[in-house]
Amino acid sequence: MLDLRKGWVAATVALAMVVGACGSDDESSGGGGGGGNAKATATKGLVDAPDIKAMSSMGKGEGKVNLVAWAGYVEDGSTDPKVDWVSGFEKETGCQVNVKVGNTSDEMVTLMRSGKYDAVSASGDASLRLIAAGDVAPVNTDLISNYNDVFDGLKNKPWNSVEGKMYGIPHGRGANLLMWRSDKIKEDLDSWGAVFEKDSPYKGKITAYDSPIYIADAALYLKATQPDLKINSPYALDQKQFDAAIDLLKQQRGMVGEYWSDYTKAQAAFANGQTQVGTTWQVIANLLEADKVKVKTALPKEGATGWSDTWMISSKAKHPNCAYMWMNHIISPKANAQVAEWFGEAPSNRLSCAETAVKDHCKIFHADDEPYFDQVSYWTTPTKNCGDDRGAVCKDYSEWVQAWTEVKG
Amino acid sequence: MGSAAGAIETTLWRRPRLRLSLLLAGPLGWLVVAYLGSLAVLFVAAFWQLDPFTAEVVREPGLGNFRTLAEGEVYRTIALRTIGIAAAVTVTDAILAFPIALYMAKIATPRVRGLLVVAVLMPLWSSYLVKVYAWRTILQEEGILNWALDPLGLSGPGFGNVATWLVFSYLWLPYMIIPIYAGLERIPQSLLDASDDLGGRPGTTLRRVILPLVLPAVVAGSIFTFSLTLGDYIAPQLVSNTQFIGNVVYQNVGVANNLPLAAAFATVPVVVMIVYLLLARRLGAFDSL
Amino acid sequence: MNLSGSSRWLLRVGTGVTLAFLYLPLLVIALYAFNERRIQTWPIPGLTLEWFGKAIDNPGVRAAIGTSLKAAVGATLFALILGTLAALAVARYRFFGRDAVSFLVILPIALPGIVTGMALNATFREVLSPLGIELGLFTVIVGHATFCVVVIYNNAVARLRRLGGSLEEAASDLGARPLRAFRDITLPQMRSALLAGALLAFALSFDEVIVTTFTAGEDQTLPIWILTNLSRPNQLPIVNVVAVFIIVLSAVPVYVAHRLTREEGAASGAAPAAAGEAVAAH
Repeated sequence: MLDLRKGWVAATVALAMVVGACGSDDESSGGGGGGGNAKATATKGLVDAPDIKAMSSMGKGEGKVNLVAWAGYVEDGSTDPKVDWVSGFEKETGCQVNVKVGNTSDEMVTLMRSGKYDAVSASGDASLRLIAAGDVAPVNTDLISNYNDVFDGLKNKPWNSVEGKMYGIPHGRGANLLMWRSDKIKEDLDSWGAVFEKDSPYKGKITAYDSPIYIADAALYLKATQPDLKINSPYALDQKQFDAAIDLLKQQRGMVGEYWSDYTKAQAAFANGQTQVGTTWQVIANLLEADKVKVKTALPKEGATGWSDTWMISSKAKHPNCAYMWMNHIISPKANAQVAEWFGEAPSNRLSCAETAVKDHCKIFHADDEPYFDQVSYWTTPTKNCGDDRGAVCKDYSEWVQAWTEVKG
Repeated sequence: MGSAAGAIETTLWRRPRLRLSLLLAGPLGWLVVAYLGSLAVLFVAAFWQLDPFTAEVVREPGLGNFRTLAEGEVYRTIALRTIGIAAAVTVTDAILAFPIALYMAKIATPRVRGLLVVAVLMPLWSSYLVKVYAWRTILQEEGILNWALDPLGLSGPGFGNVATWLVFSYLWLPYMIIPIYAGLERIPQSLLDASDDLGGRPGTTLRRVILPLVLPAVVAGSIFTFSLTLGDYIAPQLVSNTQFIGNVVYQNVGVANNLPLAAAFATVPVVVMIVYLLLARRLGAFDSL
Repeated sequence: MNLSGSSRWLLRVGTGVTLAFLYLPLLVIALYAFNERRIQTWPIPGLTLEWFGKAIDNPGVRAAIGTSLKAAVGATLFALILGTLAALAVARYRFFGRDAVSFLVILPIALPGIVTGMALNATFREVLSPLGIELGLFTVIVGHATFCVVVIYNNAVARLRRLGGSLEEAASDLGARPLRAFRDITLPQMRSALLAGALLAFALSFDEVIVTTFTAGEDQTLPIWILTNLSRPNQLPIVNVVAVFIIVLSAVPVYVAHRLTREEGAASGAAPAAAGEAVAAH
């Protein structure tokens, strides 16, 4: 929501540039030339990762751990007394948990750059950036006993691993859904056209996620509605595809009532009728229903963007042992089930499916339904390297940011 | 006092320059070296570039970022919007502040004056964030303002530029009232009596005597309303969809790692403020702070 | 000035309107401190006192208020020292660059908060980290003092100019050394101006959020606590309760300071002039 910390890290980066003549991370300079003609090995990452060692053995807990997390991932009972998977962890391990909620991946990257935090629940658009910048270290999965039970579909993915090295522990996955006020909009919606089409009847009551990564949502819609653009991955967009997506978003801007990045804002906007339809996270729908606001959600037929979050450990973590203990805890069957239900996503631990309060939670969220998740385009950092035979002509994230500034005006 | 201390004091007494340097060493040392120094380092980054292939900052000086800003229409729009609303807020606050300041300075009894000063200062103590959220509740679609205007068949501005202007005018109003009040208080009663004796009506006295004398104070207050609006980006996010300069600066640092562009854009408000401060000094505002 | 009755009434109305404008949102805050639901919708669905209890029980709030108080006191003291030093230099001596000092002192507060914050953060990381001083309460205090100095400085300069140096000269003629002259002559005369400035510096530091974010380590001042809790959906009413509590409490020091500064006749201009420095918490 209130993104204040950027400048701070900007300053850090600036200073590091000026003063730190040593140890700059420009080793990735090979990436430009090499990226385009990368030998297509299965595990070649989209970025070059600096050489950082993973922790080799676990020691005693340091007494506390500082986390950066999405809202709803680290709940200690203060939001809702029944929603708590932190207090038990604190008692068991003695690691006091301090959590900083990040509203967007941008914020999280900034926070992690500062070196003040031990671990982060990074989405795919942040994880690669963190890896490339050397802000996170590879994870020694042998130290995480619950890792064996993680769905194979989440291991060694392009956004959480580089050349076979895992850089994090999969937390879960889910999709960005379409939500609407069911008392104001009587029909069941099934298409993103409701928020994108020029003649949408919900003009002025639409909401969209306030982040450059939302460009991918527009690209996804165009993938279905304008097949001649030949959009494959909504994150690897060349000039033509990118321009089309931006045009769509500029058109949408006229229809948007409010953008949201802070989920309190989104919740309030839906509750008081300022917004009636738009992109959402399941947790927001849960909170609204708990407050007796009538909403419905759906995964539209064009597919959706989504996230597969990874717990990553900082390369400068001051409390690495507690961090590893936390990572093991959050993917333990019970805790993973709890967070998956609260947030509204599919758990990463297959044993969690037996622990969910709602028996079909895993079925509803397609936890081991790989074909379903093939429809979901997980957040990934757009890079110049298209990752296919087009080479290095795609739009990089800094260009996404500039375009997003233009869209919002 | 020991003789060592005595000796030091005598030396100090004999050497005014030494005294001066000691006095200035602390404050200036901090401000010039630490503050200005780090500002300089920060703005050096504005001349660097972001390599799109590696997404790393390349320390080669160039004007690329400034070119991007100059060519991009959206940056102009955002800068103009920020400066424009800052100006509008300043004018609004000056107008809103004047009556109450005049009342406090010239008409109120000392006791009422005291109470009014307290009343004007108290809103400053409540948290900025909470105040902005309260305004959200007032301005939102089914909010207090629309509810109040509905029977009249009108509706409020909702969120947007107007809302931002309203909220900022509200937030900085006490910072305009107090300097104007102080400025009006400084005007000796004798001048006003003289104006009356010479046959001036209150309106003329106001125009010819009071306004010119209080102008430096108004400018002093305006420094704060202008600079605070210029640098803010929290309120725009909460009560509008539009972007201020600060929002863009933020967005470019982070996953984008485009510190050079962010620093380049941040020079805009800094330059504007420095120019404004120089103008304000010329108008005598620094003596009326 | 002889204003006609109708003009006086107009001014009264204008004053009333402005006061209403100033206090309406505060009333909204107070109202929503009793909100039954967590989201601020209008009309308010129902009233409850539960948030008051939750606020009192909340350890985070208490810690945050404590941190804010400590930071504000520290910042005010620092600002008092630096501001008085600079003011003495500017008011009592002539030197090259004298005008520039006023300009320099006002910069931290006139420039956008994000810029000041970034600059200070850079300095702390480069200079203090190698010395082993991490971001924390100390850096918050120094950061706040940087933009609070102007408040003290302006008051002090204004007062020193008004006083002239004659009493000090008389004192040194009588054999007082500089430090003694300062302590016994100058300081007592400046006291009310400094007090008013200190009060405003305190207020400034107490509600500051942007620069604090850049200079705080893991410590949470009250505004940072509020910031964190505003983005958690279910803490908004507690935040409202805290805000109301602070407003009500603040009436006391403001009133006290006003009484203190009012007692000195010449100072009646100083209190508002001092208050004139009430610069934003940014």
